[in-house]
Amino acid sequence: MSKPKYPRLDTLAVHAGQSPDPATGARAVPIYQTASFVFPDTETAASLFNLERTGHVYSRISNPTLSVFEERMSALEGAPAAIATASGQAALHLGIATLMGAGAHVVASNALYGGSHNLLSYTLPRFGIETTFVDGRDLAAWKKAIRPNTRLLFGETVGNPGLDVLNIPAVADIAHNAGLPLMVDATLTTPFLSRPIAHGADIIMHSATKFLSGHGVVIGGVLIDGGSFDWDKSGKFPTLTEPYDGFHGMVMSEESSVAAFALRARREGLRDFGASMAPMTAFQILQGLETLHVRMPRHVENTRTIAHFLSANKAVARVTYPELPSHPDHELAKQLLPEGAGAVISFDLKGGSGNAKAAGKIFIEKLALFSHLANIGDAKSLVIHPASTTHFRMDADALKAAGISEGTIRLSIGIEHADDLIEDLSKALYAAGKAAGI
Amino acid sequence: MKFLVQQQPAYVYTGGKDFDVNRPTVVFVHGAANDHSVWTLQARYFAHHGWNALALDLPGHGQSFGDAKTSIESAADWLINLLDNGNVARAALVGHSMGSLIALDAASRYASRVSRLGLIGTSVPMPVSDELLDAAINRPADAFDMLNIWGHAPQLKWGRNPTPGTSSMMAYLRLLTQSRSGVLATDLAACQSYLPGDESLQALNVPTLVIAATHDLLTPQKSALSLAARIPGCRIEVLKGAGHAMMQEEPGKVVDALKELLKA
Repeated sequence: MSKPKYPRLDTLAVHAGQSPDPATGARAVPIYQTASFVFPDTETAASLFNLERTGHVYSRISNPTLSVFEERMSALEGAPAAIATASGQAALHLGIATLMGAGAHVVASNALYGGSHNLLSYTLPRFGIETTFVDGRDLAAWKKAIRPNTRLLFGETVGNPGLDVLNIPAVADIAHNAGLPLMVDATLTTPFLSRPIAHGADIIMHSATKFLSGHGVVIGGVLIDGGSFDWDKSGKFPTLTEPYDGFHGMVMSEESSVAAFALRARREGLRDFGASMAPMTAFQILQGLETLHVRMPRHVENTRTIAHFLSANKAVARVTYPELPSHPDHELAKQLLPEGAGAVISFDLKGGSGNAKAAGKIFIEKLALFSHLANIGDAKSLVIHPASTTHFRMDADALKAAGISEGTIRLSIGIEHADDLIEDLSKALYAAGKAAGI
Repeated sequence: MKFLVQQQPAYVYTGGKDFDVNRPTVVFVHGAANDHSVWTLQARYFAHHGWNALALDLPGHGQSFGDAKTSIESAADWLINLLDNGNVARAALVGHSMGSLIALDAASRYASRVSRLGLIGTSVPMPVSDELLDAAINRPADAFDMLNIWGHAPQLKWGRNPTPGTSSMMAYLRLLTQSRSGVLATDLAACQSYLPGDESLQALNVPTLVIAATHDLLTPQKSALSLAARIPGCRIEVLKGAGHAMMQEEPGKVVDALKELLKA
């Protein structure tokens, strides 16, 4: 008998987590638009509350439509468990709040989405959780920043918008040698381009609003437990290894040998913080997820084409994309992202005799096909000026550290025809260059 | 909680209730390269319905110390030692796969210590293919994949796992992957070499239940029913559509079937 095979990622993206509805035969994922679920009898009710039987009680904790999305993401990431959340930010918060409390410390790459940077820099310190930001490429800095009260290392597979590629195997080794887990935001890569658990990450989060959905119609997130971290051996995570009075005195690492983190995050975090996903949102994300493996190659192909186009344009000072040999992480990207480095690209306009900020403004306003908005990962191509929008709270030093200048433009490349995108960019670059006297 | 068995700490999950020597005891015995966590739902149920539920980690597995036992008989001896150390005179034994052989052997050789017997995903003999055994020795990752894929009903490849938010197959693969080096090969060899005579099966005098599954590729329904036919008075429960990983694929039906056994 030959060795059996798992379904390929393409097939999992379409099918994982779902079979025809046993009650109705519905082939599509039904939207269970209900707050709660009727108990068949009092004993079953008690058993459900006590985790003696599986099932759904209240949609803040779990819901059948969400379960399909969660199970699909688990399968795609090769992970035991996943939790759908109200947004990517909710997933990040849920992950941190599950692992630590006041007095704890996080070490994070400085190449982060602005919202994540805000949470770590400004909001969590109010609750007693501090963060040290390090140059994600500086492995010695990661190691040096770890303190006795550190509880997590955090970075993005591809840091937005500098497009730094996180050396997941190396940072995971540093984390594990210190008895700590590594959490990775994989929003820009999706499981189609990177499966961080296979590289050593322990926890993954996504903003599902982006490439996982592809349509830009919902806000959602997902937190994924890789099941690989030994919480008992670490001894630094009492939320997972000691009795939890808030839920039957349960010791999560005893209840689940492979998904203790997800168990606590659901039973405490979803229950108490309540940042759960709506069933309709899960349904809409699933519609997008079904075509992930079809969309991502087109995203990447278009992005490669545009990276080369921009590199040759006289109005452009610098193009940042890990697949270009000029990118500092080019070799690492070839190793960790062989299917492509994603569909977000940034570039700097030449200031010429004017200034880069003014050129950037003209460039954005002249675009007709690209949409100027604060999002990435849509099927439609998008553009933004990070220094004045997504990263505007960062000071000059932090902007520089994140690889952002006043003239940096970020593009999220969609799945339109590349020639139409280049035509739109050409007109806007001509106008920007003319204004800059180039 | 921890017991000291054969001079080594043994971990036992008690389903969220403290062990009370005055309550009846049911012991759950896991299969090859598994640990107590495959029984979490069933153990929690019975722990909260009048029983001491002891879901153990066999030696060399999970959080228990020591080396994995190289024979079913030595594992059964260890199990009885655990009952000794817990001052448990008699217990119901429920085993899955390799654990079913350990429970069966304990019931056969220590009849006075066993009040009821539940055999889930079982077969006697329990042959292991040369390919799987070779992989377990030389290519453990391949062996984990074989056990994971063959150990679930085909539709589990796609999911609809009864536990919200989890992938049964990915969770099981992680459990196998974190087993200690060489343990799977040791366990499979122990299963392969356990060959009790029919006379010992026919001599069993304990209420027994066999739970089989229609899509079990590792211990096929036919083999499980054949074993049941050799045990006097054995009851049979067949789970339609389920594979070998019955406690995860049909946790509620396993609880319901065991409820009947444990009230007998």
